[in-house]
Amino acid sequence: MKLLKEAKSLISVNIRDYGMYIALFIIMLTFSIMTDGLFMSSRNISNLIDATGYIAVLAVGMTLVIVIRHIDLSVGFAAGFLGAIAAILLTQAGVPVYITIPVILVLGIIVGLFNGFLVAQMGIPSFVASLAAMLIFRGALLRVTEKTGTIIVKDEHFNAIGNGFIPAIAKIGELNLLSMIIGVVIIALFIYFEISKRRNKLKYNFEVISSGMFALKITFISAIIAYITWILAGYNGFSWTVVIVMIVVVIYHFLTTSTVIGRHIYAVGSNPEAAHLSGISVKKITYIVFCSMGMLSALSGILFTSRLQSATTTAGTLFELDAIAAAYVGGVSAAGGVGKITGSIIGAIVMASLSSGMNLLGVGISYQYMIRGGVLALAVIFDVMTRRQRARA
Amino acid sequence: MMNPYILEMNNISKEFTGVKALSNVNFKVNKGEIHCLIGENGAGKSTLMKVLSGVYPHGTYSGDIVYEGQVQSFSKISDSVKTGIAIIYQELALFPDLTVYENIFAGNEVKKGSVVDWNQTIIKAQEMLNKVKLNVNPEVLIKDLGVGKQQLVEIAKALSKDVKLLILDEPTAALNEDDSENLLQLLRELKNQGITCIMISHKLKEVIAIADQVTVLRDGQTICTLDASKNEISEAVIIKNMVGREIDDIYPKRNKKEFGNTVLEIKNWTAFDPKLGRDVVKDVSLHVKKGEIVGIAGLMGSGRTELAQSIFGNPKSYKLRGELFSGGVKKVFKNPKEAINDGIAYVTEDRKGDGLFLIQDIKQNISVANLHAISSQGVINNNEEVKISNEYKQSINIKAPSVEQLVGNLSGGNQQKVSLGKWLFVNPKLLILDEPTRGIDVGAKYEIYTLMNRLISEGMSIIMISSELTEVLGMSDRIYVMAEGQIKGELPIDEADQEKIMKLATQ
Repeated sequence: MKLLKEAKSLISVNIRDYGMYIALFIIMLTFSIMTDGLFMSSRNISNLIDATGYIAVLAVGMTLVIVIRHIDLSVGFAAGFLGAIAAILLTQAGVPVYITIPVILVLGIIVGLFNGFLVAQMGIPSFVASLAAMLIFRGALLRVTEKTGTIIVKDEHFNAIGNGFIPAIAKIGELNLLSMIIGVVIIALFIYFEISKRRNKLKYNFEVISSGMFALKITFISAIIAYITWILAGYNGFSWTVVIVMIVVVIYHFLTTSTVIGRHIYAVGSNPEAAHLSGISVKKITYIVFCSMGMLSALSGILFTSRLQSATTTAGTLFELDAIAAAYVGGVSAAGGVGKITGSIIGAIVMASLSSGMNLLGVGISYQYMIRGGVLALAVIFDVMTRRQRARA
Repeated sequence: MMNPYILEMNNISKEFTGVKALSNVNFKVNKGEIHCLIGENGAGKSTLMKVLSGVYPHGTYSGDIVYEGQVQSFSKISDSVKTGIAIIYQELALFPDLTVYENIFAGNEVKKGSVVDWNQTIIKAQEMLNKVKLNVNPEVLIKDLGVGKQQLVEIAKALSKDVKLLILDEPTAALNEDDSENLLQLLRELKNQGITCIMISHKLKEVIAIADQVTVLRDGQTICTLDASKNEISEAVIIKNMVGREIDDIYPKRNKKEFGNTVLEIKNWTAFDPKLGRDVVKDVSLHVKKGEIVGIAGLMGSGRTELAQSIFGNPKSYKLRGELFSGGVKKVFKNPKEAINDGIAYVTEDRKGDGLFLIQDIKQNISVANLHAISSQGVINNNEEVKISNEYKQSINIKAPSVEQLVGNLSGGNQQKVSLGKWLFVNPKLLILDEPTRGIDVGAKYEIYTLMNRLISEGMSIIMISSELTEVLGMSDRIYVMAEGQIKGELPIDEADQEKIMKLATQ
């Protein structure tokens, strides 16, 4: 009973964070029931995650851009353009894949540097600066694909990024062994970090949640990881896209929650004047955030080009808006200073689940857009309401 | 007999959540006179004018406003405007990107049917400009005019609405001498045309030159009304009535007073603000010794905050001239970070605006300026952060359930303590406090004073900027008085009193 009480208070304090997970759970459950379990099938979940990878990495970068009170509209066509450059390097220039990828990522950083220069150095509103960049990259994409039209990429290794899976090593029944091993390792690492975090807090004599609650929380999250692993291992195992997205999320999550640079980013978003007077260089932070956005746009371009196994003339169209929507659904505040990487990833998965589920149900594309729009509005309304409640408390 | 008063404000009281801003103020203005309203910052002048003009609607204050023989109950600004009351604030309410004529008739457009008649507007605007003797083309943009001319446009705007009672809030604060003299001359002419004028001003010379009557407010109360025709108005009398507050024992005593070497010194320090197009700090020289509290007194707008910021890494990018010595070594701080690294900290005047991160919690606010102290290789030790913020929470008595509380939810006094905690964590050698006790209650004030004394005894130095004379006198070891961007005088604490400071500050 005591445990229940503690759970209740934990939920009410973190309603905004948990609300998202609950919403995702409800969406998944609803679609599962409506599709007789087809939605949660190994194959569908695997496809769903792979198809949202290139938006998810953009949403991660966009989260930080919005946190520092800016916006980047150029990421879609920047991704399209850089993806096309990757295709050209691989096919026409014959550059090997292990050189192409770092080159494209560096080009992405240079793109970010350009946006950062316009915003931080010239003081142009980011909306306008990135709109200009968006037009430029759209033109650049058309320019490089003008002669050839769609560029087909035949490099197996490159195409594996968007379509391939990590090797299985062996199969246990239907399940991929390596994926299972990775899942177990992730659970072990998770438990290890949680326990050492708790130990550290106890060392400082800080208040921690009760050991019963702690065990419950760990079991619950481990079970979810195990379930997802089991589902994915039942199809082809973890795809390379999943691995890449996970690595990006882990790095950015760590960066934003545990490092000085992360704290500075949120300080700038929360109050730029106060940040400046606290000895933080607002300009430097703006550059860093836009460069990270540029690099992630490049990664998104690589993921997308690889998934389609080709670069098209319209690649990247409206990616920026999907990324922005995912960030807002994930609880990023338009006023700046608030927003989590994990939230935006969940936001991206929520939006992707809606598309995937509605596709399975055969809902027309016109309704799909309306429903996704409604969900975006609802998420932000929920956000505003819970924030207001917290401010009153 | 005809009622000589155009305006009588009787027993006006106004409270802001627990703080009494006005209590039983009486203020009577004769028809056709120039009546000056005087008092320290926070004495209640602006509040009284806001009550009069309907910014604070009827019902939010107690007492009567009798205007032109009738009791008025304005519920919004436009109500008072309709009766012929116009108020011109210190911060001009003009649209910089619109033309002079558009500004004069903004909100009061000349119409033909339901469309604006621009030709008539221009013709009428020209008439108004003639009245205020402003010789500019009405089609010029406001932003292309100087402040003095902008002020005249504001008056022209008021005249276009058939103003009977014109209220000016520190009209000459931002003007040079010629412009000020022009403005005063214009007010005399308007008076001859029968327009009554209330002027709030800190410049006593002007007041003495122009006022028919002077009313002095102090701590939200009417102290006296002086009449020029009875020869009652003089600088000494006004100052005596403005100050006069007792220094009570809310200032904790410091026993040991020993000063060490000079910590910071600036020489011939001038700061030019490119946005305003003028020097905001002019030829200032001052120094601070180790273990000393140096007070900087002066009225708002005298350049104190600009001086502090120009020392603290110049975040507003003024053009600086002069020399700065820190610990005897000449230094140039390119940004606040360099100043912080050199051991200088600055607690801002506007803690909500540019001091605190309101949507972040106490611990994040305390650690933000010195994150490297609790991190290794750029990775923050979150537990260490909680521990240290808890230490500051205790030592400076921040009242909150935990350090995870959002700063935006704290009271003013506790927010100020968080600001202090943030800078104490940096462990500076010089702490610049800009209005350290503005808007906080007496209990928290006392705690902050006690903290200041403790810091001094630990070898820190403090520059305290304050508009409260008693605070400056109660806490400082030495006082500089600023006005118009200059240091008008330096007073050792033994020789300083309220009259002397006020005299220097109102030069």
